[in-house]
Amino acid sequence: MMLLTGNETAAYAAKVCRAKVVAAYPITPQTTVVEKIAELIANGEMDAKYIRVESEHSAMAACIAAENSGVRTFTATSAHGLTLMHELLIWASGARLPIVMSVINRAMAPPWSVWTDQQDSMAQRDTGWMQVYAESNQEVMDSIIMAYKVGEREDILLPTMVMEDAFILSHTSEPVDVPTEEEVASYLPDLKLPYKLDPDFPAGFGSLIMPEGPYMEFRYKIAEAMDKARKVIREECEEFEKKFGRHYDGLVEFYRTDDADVNLIMLGTMASTAKEVVDELRSEGKKVGLLRIRYFRPFPYEEIREVAMNSSYIGVCDRSYTFGYGGPIWSEVRSAAYPAKVFVKNYVVGLGGRDITPKVLRKIYEDALTMKEDKEIEWVGLLWDERWR
Amino acid sequence: MRRTTIPEEEYMLPGHSACLGCGGALAMRYLLKGLGKNTIISIPACCWAVIPGVYPSRCLEVPLLYTAFEVTGAAISGIADAMEVLGKDVNVVGFAGDGGTVDIGLQALSGMLERRHNAIYVLYDNEAYMNTGIQRSGATPYGAWTTTTPVGKRRMFKREHKKDIMEIVVAHEIPYAATLNIAYPEDFIKKVKKAKEIKGPKFLHIYAPCPTGWRYPPNKTVEVARLATETLMFPLYEVEEGVYTITKKIKEPKPVKEYLKTQGRFRYLSDEDVQIIQKWVNHRWKKLLLKEKYSRELLEE
Amino acid sequence: MSKVPLEEMIKFPTPIATVPSKELNKTGSWRTFRPVIDYTKCIRCYICWKFCPEPAIYFVDGDKHEAPSDAIKKMDAVEIDYDYCKGCGICANECPRNAIDMVLEEKIE
Repeated sequence: MMLLTGNETAAYAAKVCRAKVVAAYPITPQTTVVEKIAELIANGEMDAKYIRVESEHSAMAACIAAENSGVRTFTATSAHGLTLMHELLIWASGARLPIVMSVINRAMAPPWSVWTDQQDSMAQRDTGWMQVYAESNQEVMDSIIMAYKVGEREDILLPTMVMEDAFILSHTSEPVDVPTEEEVASYLPDLKLPYKLDPDFPAGFGSLIMPEGPYMEFRYKIAEAMDKARKVIREECEEFEKKFGRHYDGLVEFYRTDDADVNLIMLGTMASTAKEVVDELRSEGKKVGLLRIRYFRPFPYEEIREVAMNSSYIGVCDRSYTFGYGGPIWSEVRSAAYPAKVFVKNYVVGLGGRDITPKVLRKIYEDALTMKEDKEIEWVGLLWDERWR
Repeated sequence: MRRTTIPEEEYMLPGHSACLGCGGALAMRYLLKGLGKNTIISIPACCWAVIPGVYPSRCLEVPLLYTAFEVTGAAISGIADAMEVLGKDVNVVGFAGDGGTVDIGLQALSGMLERRHNAIYVLYDNEAYMNTGIQRSGATPYGAWTTTTPVGKRRMFKREHKKDIMEIVVAHEIPYAATLNIAYPEDFIKKVKKAKEIKGPKFLHIYAPCPTGWRYPPNKTVEVARLATETLMFPLYEVEEGVYTITKKIKEPKPVKEYLKTQGRFRYLSDEDVQIIQKWVNHRWKKLLLKEKYSRELLEE
Repeated sequence: MSKVPLEEMIKFPTPIATVPSKELNKTGSWRTFRPVIDYTKCIRCYICWKFCPEPAIYFVDGDKHEAPSDAIKKMDAVEIDYDYCKGCGICANECPRNAIDMVLEEKIE
């Protein structure tokens, strides 16, 4: 057991997973991930090459090329670094490379902000990467290990980004059970890609396809793998529990959702705070629950639909926004919940790292408990709005 | 019985989609003759991303990684380090056009050189973004017509001189950088073999004329390339640890007009414009001679 | 391209091109002009072979063709691979003996 910040946890995860090439560029608040990795390598505790690339775009390019050569890679970034990589994120999934990346969720500029929201990773939801949102540093460790295990399967072969909230996790120390390299090695064998760059295999990796060629078919294969991943992830969580003794519900976490009239859906550390609010309201006789989304990609539409079927009202908290429509989690939950015909309300909260307090969450639950259907999207806590104070 | 002046073994197959008389095709053919089979090549968006043909066609006997446009320097950094991790001794090569090197790819190239990765960065220079239809690049020479410098009534041909990428590369103080010309295959392959044996970052600047973009008939590619060196437009030299050596001394350089008149992209130039080019060529050649002379002092260290 | 069956095309999860271009694209069909070697002039210097961008020139036994002299006839001769030759004419342009003519393709046969 070690006392580690979220960033240190990500670094140790890369180490115990035996990542062999790390290519990364510093950006607040990810910096201590790469600093820790550099320290571990310099002290001989981690046997890997650290390419101190000159930008995040080059970081992903180097990871893609190294992974294509048959070597396990790791990188980490945040906000503008992640969005700078966007072109290559799509490349990595198209090339079916199981890269794992730690993303410290940070708000986008302008205005400059180093504090947490999920605009950066939500904007990557189309890229073909699996997405996991951690609520604790332990979950960061476990999610990275599972990301390699699931991603490297020959029937999946997709990259994963593991998100943690800026400062709340990245710079906050929590007790973390760090498995040894040997323990992880017996669970996660060495990388074995079905094809790789090798002079004995003179092939062209990623060439040109015309409209009548199988472009759509290759895209379909990615969709197929993503869909298959749902079942694989659920099963893998069980395998993980057998090996490491820690339980995860699968793609989501159910918190007192069973007999709840009102369920809020959210992800990240705000869920920790929300669980306390749920307990408080429950003790007052209010039947409320919380569904925490762990995997946003593949999207857990089955679990959400199930919860929606058993709810009278759903609220979705988004710590990001799709300008021109609504919060991204809200719009996807709403479409998944459609058959339940239940009202789904969007609460946009905590952008730019604005603190999500128990008080604010309680007010959101209270608003949801009124079950009013007059307003679909609610921006919570704007400075001119007294209702949420 | 036969004797050839360059290695016979071919690592490139015909049936590829290069234009008739493509300088870039010759560049790859000679490069691989120098490197051999134990090679991995990374190619960004450029003519060579299309030349091997439509999927599932391949035209090389070595593996080829297609990548995004600006990443060649970063990609070969990743492959080079991966090979070290795997304990494999392989020639790691990036093969990029002038756009992907002097413009959008400059950052990644600089990073790779500065970090001293053990790989060869090869620039095949056809002096414009040819694959996307002949738009100007930083490597387009003064006076050239391109689709984004289409001359017109305002005589808007390319007004900036060719970016000196060799100097930018040499400023990184790498073990080996050289200019190569497809018109001189023996010199070309000799330099490739030399680079192959050196550990650390290497840079090869290949002159690869393009009949389609430069507007000359395809049978003249080698002739045009030869004239480039004979007129001192493209001198052949190498820089080893900062020491310059001109590898083809031209005793009686031809006037640049001999070179310019072979190509349609220069047909809009006035005598005055030609003089500007001649002055620039003379100036660069003089600089090169001085560098050759004075850099020899470094050998005494 | 259509010669390759679909299962072959999508056997990998991502497009990895493995079929040699020689099997898929006989670029000889691109030609407008065809290079024709006059073996009475060819001194077998192999400059044409050296500068072919495909490459579509290959070596054959010296006895297969006439030669300007017995000494030259001992050397291997070259032939154009008309399946792939695009007719760029570099060989004809570089030949030091003007032994290669570029003939309009329609006029052949």
